[in-house]
Amino acid sequence: MSAAAEERSARAPWALTAPALMLFVGVLLIPLAMTVMLSFHDWGQYKGIEPVFILKNWHEIATDPYYAEMFWRTFRIAILTTFLTAVLGAPEAYILNRMSGRWKSFFLLIILGPLLISVVARTLGWALLFGGNNGLVNKLLMSLGAIRSPIPFMFTETGMVIALAHVMMPFMVLSVWAALQRLDPQIENAAMSLGASPATIIRRIIMPQIMPGVLSGAIIVFSLSASAFATPAIIGGRRLKVAATLAYDEFLNTLNWPLGAAVATLLLVALVLIVVGSNSLIERRYAEVFR
Amino acid sequence: MAYLELDRVAKQFGAQTVVDDFSLSVGKGEFISFLGPSGCGKTTTLQMIAGFLDPTRGAIRLEGKDLTAIHPAKRGLGIVFQSYALFPHMTAAENVAFGLEMRNVPRNERAERVRAALAMVGLAGYEDRHPRRMSGGQQQRVALARALVIKPSVLLLDEPLSNLDAKLREEMQIELRQIQRTIGTTTILVTHDQNEAMSLSDRIVVMSQGKIEQIGTPQETYEKPASAFVSQFLGKTNDFAGTIDRTVAPTQLVAGSWRAPAPAGLGGPVTVSVRPERIGFGDTGLSAKIIARIFQGNHWLFQCDSECGPAIVIRQNDGQAQPAEGDAVRLTWRPEDMSVRARADA
Ligand SMILES: Nc1ncnc2c1ncn2[C@@H]1O[C@H](COP(=O)(O)OP(=O)(O)OP(=O)(O)O)[C@@H](O)[C@H]1O
Ligand SMILES: [Mg+2]
Repeated sequence: MSAAAEERSARAPWALTAPALMLFVGVLLIPLAMTVMLSFHDWGQYKGIEPVFILKNWHEIATDPYYAEMFWRTFRIAILTTFLTAVLGAPEAYILNRMSGRWKSFFLLIILGPLLISVVARTLGWALLFGGNNGLVNKLLMSLGAIRSPIPFMFTETGMVIALAHVMMPFMVLSVWAALQRLDPQIENAAMSLGASPATIIRRIIMPQIMPGVLSGAIIVFSLSASAFATPAIIGGRRLKVAATLAYDEFLNTLNWPLGAAVATLLLVALVLIVVGSNSLIERRYAEVFR
Repeated sequence: MAYLELDRVAKQFGAQTVVDDFSLSVGKGEFISFLGPSGCGKTTTLQMIAGFLDPTRGAIRLEGKDLTAIHPAKRGLGIVFQSYALFPHMTAAENVAFGLEMRNVPRNERAERVRAALAMVGLAGYEDRHPRRMSGGQQQRVALARALVIKPSVLLLDEPLSNLDAKLREEMQIELRQIQRTIGTTTILVTHDQNEAMSLSDRIVVMSQGKIEQIGTPQETYEKPASAFVSQFLGKTNDFAGTIDRTVAPTQLVAGSWRAPAPAGLGGPVTVSVRPERIGFGDTGLSAKIIARIFQGNHWLFQCDSECGPAIVIRQNDGQAQPAEGDAVRLTWRPEDMSVRARADA
């Protein structure tokens, strides 16, 4: 190959990716950089946004316990949601994987269902199921004697966790399922022939091998739950705010864009740190299973 | 008395009968191969012995006890899977130790037995490797050690060597046979490689479409195939159409211009099958023309067009002059080198 041709072929990948790259820079990187810059600007009730460089917003977030509580609530909800999807989703994926063809596709559709239903309809459905004294779930639990008074759903963290776990479930199930696909189909028979009981097979053979799937599912669910907007907005309203709904309020109700930008930036940075950190931890811990 | 006994075992999946009327008795310490083409039910039979599948009919007995009543985890059989099915998250030593752990073997004894088992398969020093970091041959050895360390009553091998390249496979065959001889474990090997079955086993069970075609020593199945299927499946063979002529006395077997005294108990149209290496060039016999002569190192391969159809002849490269392409020859063989079966299609 001539030098010119070589140069041309070296440039080709850039030329080919240029449109996508420009879109990425244009609609993601530039607005992101502007948001970060915005978080250092000043704002006043009457003067509006002033393009200066001050740490006022960041200082407010760091010192006012309101923000600490709100961020703590955001992550608490995300962690509980992640935990719930992992505990329910991993066995669900395992059972699904053992089903025969027709049932498998039927139940897969049911699991993917929440993604196909509008967030408003889905959340209101949950609200109806609990719905104070008359909700189906509350009635059932009370008649069984499991609870004395109805579990409140609207404007509660419990409600948010349940509704979020429902819509996040497909991500966990699919992620665990992908890990299950990599399993040797004879591996359970192999363990059984060596004398392992079904419980031992799950604990010693299956669990360690699907753990990477559970953890990567957990990362997806966690980051989506921590930055979720619609579900917390409908259930929590203006009363119970999480980071995403707070940023939204600052932008659109208070019109304090710089403060909203600071909240959004902090949420982004915290999420990136958590996701990247736990991802590299997982990869190191499960190097043998991943290879 | 039979050690392991399969008594008219059958397996159906829905309406499809995959294994039918399978009866076999295996002596203690014997090495048996199930040989047959893909899909003939070898794995299914093995899995019924292992207990992963329940037979639809028939009984499986080990030392006279009904094996099907025992849960697979309690049967105490050693199994090597075609894919090895090693536990990828455990080291070689942990893989081998798993069966001992399940049997609550004390830690010290366990470590000692794991070490000995890995040494036996030639993997001393590989204790801490994970399976994904091992070659196919090494993984295969770990799987073998894992199956043998529990001192199984029967060792079941499902095409354990099919993933290895030709040279490694040959090495492992020799090693497998040696290990089996040393520890004397009753072994059943599933394979579709006739060379593997012949070089390893005491007896071969030739299967086709879920049925047993023949049970016999490698020599018996090769030299006295019980059916056309067996003679075709076990190496190259020539099938010539012949007839038994009862109009002359003594009765004669005639195939083209080749003739010999007829074997007893047969009449009418027959198939004469002769192995290519048992055919020689002579002055009388089947007349044929040599179409191609192929040199293969230690032997010559001749493709001939005979009066009874195409024929293959193999001659040792013993330094003698050999006929050339285009030569007219006469093919001849000794009556004891052929097997004669009644011809169904006539
Ligand atoms: N679970 C099943 N359901 C329905 N049919 C099956 C099932 N398992 C096996 N079969 C059928 O049974 C037949 C025998 O299968 P088996 O796996 O025993 O063949 P095999 O002799 O081991 O072949 P190979 O050499 O390819 O491994 C095949 O036709 C297969 O399609
Ligand atoms: Mg098979």
